[in-house]
Amino acid sequence: MDTLTAARWQMAISLAFHMVFAAIGIGLPLLMVITERQFLRTGKPHYLELAKKWAKVTGLLFVIGAISGTALSFELGLLWPKYMDLTGTVVGHIFALEGYAFSIEAIFIGLYLYGWDRLSPRAHWLCGVVIAISGAVSGVMILGVNAWMQLPVGFTMDVAGNVLVTDPMAIFKRYAWFVMALHSTLSCYVAVGFAVAGIYALGWLRGKRDDYHRSAMRIAMAVGGVCAMLQPASGDLIAKFVYRTQPAKFAAMEGHFETQTYAPMHIGGIPDLENGRLKYAIKIPYMLGVLAAHDPSVRIVGLNDIPRQDWPNVTLTHISFQLMVALGIALMLLTLWFWLATWRRQSRAIESRWLLRCMVYASPLGFIALEAGWMVTEVGRQPWIINGIMRTKDAVTPVQSVGTVFIGFTLLYTILAAAVVYFLISLSRRERA
Amino acid sequence: MSDELVINLAALVTLLVLMLYAIFGGADFGGGVWDFFAAGARKSQQRHAIAKAMGPVWEANHVWLIFVIVLLFTCFPKGYSALGIKLFVPFHLALVGIMLRGAAFVFRTYTRAAQVPAAANHIDTRWTAVFGAASVISPLLLGAAFGTVTSGDLRGDTIGTPTWLRPYAIACGLLALSTCAYLAAVFLCAETSGELRRDFRFRAILSGTTTAILAGAVLALAHREANWFFNRLLSAQSMPIVLTGIAFFIASAFAVFAGRYRFARWSAVGQIVLLLIGWGNAHRPYLVYPEFTLIEAAGSVQTIKFLLATLPLGAALIAPSLWFLFKVFKSGS
Repeated sequence: MDTLTAARWQMAISLAFHMVFAAIGIGLPLLMVITERQFLRTGKPHYLELAKKWAKVTGLLFVIGAISGTALSFELGLLWPKYMDLTGTVVGHIFALEGYAFSIEAIFIGLYLYGWDRLSPRAHWLCGVVIAISGAVSGVMILGVNAWMQLPVGFTMDVAGNVLVTDPMAIFKRYAWFVMALHSTLSCYVAVGFAVAGIYALGWLRGKRDDYHRSAMRIAMAVGGVCAMLQPASGDLIAKFVYRTQPAKFAAMEGHFETQTYAPMHIGGIPDLENGRLKYAIKIPYMLGVLAAHDPSVRIVGLNDIPRQDWPNVTLTHISFQLMVALGIALMLLTLWFWLATWRRQSRAIESRWLLRCMVYASPLGFIALEAGWMVTEVGRQPWIINGIMRTKDAVTPVQSVGTVFIGFTLLYTILAAAVVYFLISLSRRERA
Repeated sequence: MSDELVINLAALVTLLVLMLYAIFGGADFGGGVWDFFAAGARKSQQRHAIAKAMGPVWEANHVWLIFVIVLLFTCFPKGYSALGIKLFVPFHLALVGIMLRGAAFVFRTYTRAAQVPAAANHIDTRWTAVFGAASVISPLLLGAAFGTVTSGDLRGDTIGTPTWLRPYAIACGLLALSTCAYLAAVFLCAETSGELRRDFRFRAILSGTTTAILAGAVLALAHREANWFFNRLLSAQSMPIVLTGIAFFIASAFAVFAGRYRFARWSAVGQIVLLLIGWGNAHRPYLVYPEFTLIEAAGSVQTIKFLLATLPLGAALIAPSLWFLFKVFKSGS
């Protein structure tokens, strides 16, 4: 395996792994504090049990997120030294801002997990609020760096490669950062909400029909559901940004080969790269322009008019995008179903077994959508590591032993993932705290 | 403010954060070391005392490493980039250690919590072994990487042993490990009582002696393998700082003997602070000798200024939080 391939794979696996735990570190604390608040408000003990259970899960998964995040902070520089040289110079300080938020989260996680008996109930709950806020802020900051990789602003570079930073805050003044941060943060709540709801729906189906399970499902579906409903709007904003700034990514997402006005939107389909067309897709006339700019008459550049060397992996980008959208729609429909069922039956138990089964199957879908979305962002940006500025192949380390390290790290992540699954199962089987 | 001043200020901040990592992270690694070498009649009590001391604060202890990395790649991106290439292998190995250590600690905590109370004294041996081994390996490798940077032969890519595996770097690694163990033992003396405290007192004396011997060895090897650094360390402007650091070390050792553990704790902290100032002072103006001075390694002064300007904000958020964390868990225990 050559260095570039090995380094890209190692990055892909490290990011895909970290993303799951980062999302949980953002989403689960929110569920936890809502539940603890319910306990403080009503005094019903099942809310406290639930908050304690979720605190335990948060404690376990936060650590895995923290160590995989530490790994990434090293790996960015170890695998992509030239990338880190430029990124550090221009937006390194954003990592520091993220570091402040992360430190606060780490400190308050310690207080929350070990402080049940040492803090007053209200102070304890406030510690949870700090965790939920700092987790989200930390993600929003990292999105600043990622948005900058899509839209490198705030500096000038001469032909010799000398960099002059003109505005360290530039990316925070851009719409790109705002929409990416919004879309990504919502996706964390969606992923965690549906995952949690599915787990308790399974419990309900297995006969554990109590307040504990009902409250868990309701809180998780409230958070996940509201965010799932908001997600298309934030996605639409991103699509418009991508259309304006990254034509190759936009064309790859849509499998759009021929430059045209009044372009149709494609659903499904497999890109035929040799003949430059999309096979087996369902066409919706005029819709692509609406997606790109709320105007069907805009001219949308197709892949056939973009040099081949500037194409991302079209098949992967297109399929990931379609998958993300399809899953997003499925989760919205499920949300409507759940809310309708809850509303119709008032405060009684959710009685539709079909609904509960669907919730169980939908459990991993938010996470799959989240990963697919990141594939669109990151794979779609290729062949650039910093859009238009630095190609991925030019950023990779000259070190020869990347292949070995990649195998070692893949093994390490596999062991960690297996152990986490084992501990989660044992936590769920244990008598309620 | 001149560019040079800004860059030097950034280096000073990096050194300060490195101190925080050496103290908090170092004691944390050291706790892991004593967990690994827990022995004698009170083996499991020792481990429980360590786990109790570390539990709420260990996450916070390690955020400093992330800040060191972020400061390096933001303020000195060229130097960081060069270090990433030349120290690719030891950094990756240290990283594996750090990851396994964190994971093993939390896995062990969760295994223990899952057991019925009667068996709670029994400690899962598998995760204990991983945790202990990783606690030994990580500071060893980070110390060796540190040694490599001071050796003045980062290139070391000619055939033969890589710089980080040469005697001087290895001795630096061992010194780092031993210092972590010493710090942890001194801290644990202050947090325990009775026979358990006697155990940790013995460990403090043991690791203190080792640290003194290794410091001598590092100095002797530096004369041979890192001559530029050796000369600078013994220069008129660094020598007094280093000697004061050593005086603090001796004071903490006497305090351990005398059973004055709070004093021992503070003087051990002073020792780390002064020795790192001495090191930084001797290293100046180089970040990586002889390739990069701080100014050559520096990135954009604009960015560095911005980062420095955010520090009060970061400190205003983190310092009171950290104080609160330690107040809740470290007072009156």
